[in-house]
Amino acid sequence: MSFLSKSLAIARKEALAEMRTREMVFAVLVFTLLVLVIFNFTTGVSPQVVHDIAPGLLWATFSFSGVLALNRSFVREKENGCLDGLMACPADREVIYAGKALSSLVFMLSIEIIALVIFTLLFNVNVLSLPLILITFLATIGFAAVGTLFSALSANTRAREMVLPILFLPVVLPVVISAVQASEKVLDGKSWGGLSPYLQLILAFDVVITAVSYLVFAYVIEQ
Amino acid sequence: MPNGNPETVQTVIETRGVTKRFGNRLVLKGIDLTVRRGELAVLFGPNGAGKTTLLRILATIMNPTAGTITIDGFSAKDDAGVIRRKIGVVSHLTFLYNDLTIRENLDFYARMYDVPQRKERIQETVEMVGMGARLNDRVGTLSRGMQQRVAIARAVLHQPEILLFDEPETGLDQRIISVLWDNLRYEKGVKRTIVLTTHDLDRGLELGERFLVLSRGTVVYDNVRAQVDTSLLRQTYEQWAGVAI
Repeated sequence: MSFLSKSLAIARKEALAEMRTREMVFAVLVFTLLVLVIFNFTTGVSPQVVHDIAPGLLWATFSFSGVLALNRSFVREKENGCLDGLMACPADREVIYAGKALSSLVFMLSIEIIALVIFTLLFNVNVLSLPLILITFLATIGFAAVGTLFSALSANTRAREMVLPILFLPVVLPVVISAVQASEKVLDGKSWGGLSPYLQLILAFDVVITAVSYLVFAYVIEQ
Repeated sequence: MPNGNPETVQTVIETRGVTKRFGNRLVLKGIDLTVRRGELAVLFGPNGAGKTTLLRILATIMNPTAGTITIDGFSAKDDAGVIRRKIGVVSHLTFLYNDLTIRENLDFYARMYDVPQRKERIQETVEMVGMGARLNDRVGTLSRGMQQRVAIARAVLHQPEILLFDEPETGLDQRIISVLWDNLRYEKGVKRTIVLTTHDLDRGLELGERFLVLSRGTVVYDNVRAQVDTSLLRQTYEQWAGVAI
């Protein structure tokens, strides 16, 4: 219970700080909007082109906006030595990981839902279907889980904006590729049965990567 | 050895052979330190002596490369969670979030320390540091001295028995400092155990009951107030710090 309540306290603190400054929301939303608008202009409105590029475009947008958000995840903790304050608290390091991953997950999901709405409006393709939302949700779990670990790792480096995507994107590639292919199947009108192998793959990745990230976080944060 | 017992354990902080290495650089070279219950130990040392690293290790923020740490009978390796409840840390960094108000910052830390009756305790601590009227102000809008007062409130929020102070008087004016020390020295009528680092020799001599000099990762002087020879301590500090005082 203490684990959960302290993780929630960290996530709550993150949300409060973000609501106060809106730094991250603003940056990520503008980036997302820009990518979608630029692609909208370059591809025109041909339904076939939109259908072909939609999964890749969506996941490229989610991936890079996610990296942008994750880059900021531990920056706040570096100000005034707050990470030391957190680590001096009577909580396992894994509590910090869970709180941070949870707040990143909620943040990224919120941005992705907005991106899906914008995509639907700009490209006239309904991507707000239940299977696509489920794919997005499952893939974002893995994304946030491994991203939180790499965000902590890169926070102490001078060129963290560069280090994070270089380290993180290759690791998360299996989940992004699976998500792209699953999204393609959804847009092709395939049934749940057709999606099943991809969903299983994403789920397996989520379980493995979350467990590994959870276990090695304490080591990473103490270095 | 998780057998902490406040009645019987008189040595509250004990380190044996604590070493810390960052890459090729050996910052602490086998620190043996003993602090008794209720004692105010002052750790002198020039910049780069390893004071902050030692305090971070005592606070279990950082693990030593080698050596053992026992706090109130609990091993830092096996019972870090228990130890953290007993310790309050004040650093020259405030550990406060600039974007949150004083209340939000203290509420967050109170949740992390499972402080009962959070609202009342927050009010009590901010009154103690004279910041009651600014409770809803964002920390980022406060002066450095005010932030440090809030940092002290944060450190004592969970009523710790042990305080670790790393240059805690940063930005504070003298009037506030004396009022704060009166409040910080005791917890529920019992003398707190305090480890204070400073490079201000006069200030340390004024406050301390035990004096240690740390230089280049080694304790080069260790004595209690009753036996301290101030001129020898100054000489030692000057010699090891390589500065004239």
